Amino acid sequence: METREEEVLIGVIHRLIQGTGHIAVGANSPIPAAAAFLAQALAPPGPIVSLQQSPENNLWTDGGRELFDCASQGRIDVFFFSGAQIGGQGDINLVAIGDYKSPKARFPGSYGSAHLYFMVPRIILFRTEHSRRTLVETVDFVSAPGVSAPGVYRRGGPVALVTPLCHFAFDKAKGRFRLETVHPGHTVEEVLDNTGFAFDRPEAAPVTPALGADAMNLLRGTVAEKIARIYPKFGSDVWGLQERSMA
Amino acid sequence: MARICDLDEAIAGIEDGALLAIPADYAGNAMTATRALIRRGVKELRLLTVPTSTLQAELLIGAGCVAALETSAVGFGELGSAPRFTAAVKAGTLPIKDATCPAIHAALRAGEMGNPFGPIRGLIGSDVLANRPDWRVIQNPFPPHDPIVVVPAIRPDVALFHAAMADRAGNVWIGRRRDLFHIAHASMRSIVTVERIVEDNLLQDETLAPATLPSFYLDRIAVAPRGAWPLKFGSEYEEDTQHILAYIRQAATEEGFRRYLDEHVFGLVAA
Repeated sequence: METREEEVLIGVIHRLIQGTGHIAVGANSPIPAAAAFLAQALAPPGPIVSLQQSPENNLWTDGGRELFDCASQGRIDVFFFSGAQIGGQGDINLVAIGDYKSPKARFPGSYGSAHLYFMVPRIILFRTEHSRRTLVETVDFVSAPGVSAPGVYRRGGPVALVTPLCHFAFDKAKGRFRLETVHPGHTVEEVLDNTGFAFDRPEAAPVTPALGADAMNLLRGTVAEKIARIYPKFGSDVWGLQERSMA
Repeated sequence: MARICDLDEAIAGIEDGALLAIPADYAGNAMTATRALIRRGVKELRLLTVPTSTLQAELLIGAGCVAALETSAVGFGELGSAPRFTAAVKAGTLPIKDATCPAIHAALRAGEMGNPFGPIRGLIGSDVLANRPDWRVIQNPFPPHDPIVVVPAIRPDVALFHAAMADRAGNVWIGRRRDLFHIAHASMRSIVTVERIVEDNLLQDETLAPATLPSFYLDRIAVAPRGAWPLKFGSEYEEDTQHILAYIRQAATEEGFRRYLDEHVFGLVAA
């Protein structure tokens, strides 16, 4: 079986969450959830993994607000966001394309991003479409800003952006992305052609390391089964697993 | 104190124009009651999702029951977007206050405490804040005197949610779905549907009592077996994913949505 694009993203995110204690995962985030479960499966018991939308997969007993309370106190180490648009300064847009009052496209909403983006030390961005329409110089609506003015309380923010083409790191001091690695089968030129924002890059960007054989087996075995129970569509699309009423 | 009544009498407590609070889909949605509300033709609701919603807000919006919406997100996650919500916002027919989850929790928490407002970190520099003239940035009165957002308390007129069981005294067991505590505490009154009525008083069992909402917060309770369908309900039943996917496809058009209502809400078509 060839490595799927989603599996490459899971592999990169898995590397980025090494050594973290409490990983929280929000709505509609099967790729980060798979990376987090893989970290648990590879070195049990591994990190605490809390899925906000799934009481069976979190340890919270004080309702939806407990995630945000924990984050504000510094009890959450990693969180993940995607975005309809991701801007060159690390801003994310989960709301609208075009004018906010009469949008060309409308998305569900900001969820907890406007708070968690400030509070969680390591925010990892993931986007399954790498294009000039998704990775833009300036977003149309700022759900959460990548950087803040001096004096604004901020304990966290974006540290990386992972796409089907590459892995960018985010330089907080410069407010800019830097190309870290390019995934196998892709090139820096392709990244340049398909990215709408300017970014820093080394002379030669290394190739993204692949997941090891043991990790890949675990991912396609127990981790995939667990993911398919929570995200039936993803489990079906990526691994052909049929669960529940998706069958 | 709460009274146990039939479903139509229970939802009669939700008046046109009410500020109605509903929980997120992991907490227990009164979907049978929501369909009954649509059949009754409830109008001009000001809907507050705590803090997000899926099918419940989507159906109320599509059916024309909602005059204004405050939410942090309405959508079906990996299954897709909420077509009637999206269409209404794009058309400009649904005034929306875009929030972020913990700001809604902070506003309700202030309501629970009887405080006028609550502080919430983050938000500064976002367009969420820029589009909320009802929110303020104040200076933290304590060191380091940094700017912080404050949101006004919310006391919803009425909360509507679904829980596992009520006793004859009108106490309702909510288990770990603690959002229901917060919503009920903040709201002026709550209307609840339950899977079943139990004979023993829930507050007299030390194990159950801490997860039991006392009767005095509640107004009316109705029994609605599988009352959260087609959404997941705790460990009792799973989401009917096939139904939701079919809904998303059908509600892509206004006509398709009307057919869905005819079949699944008004019962005009044999299922």
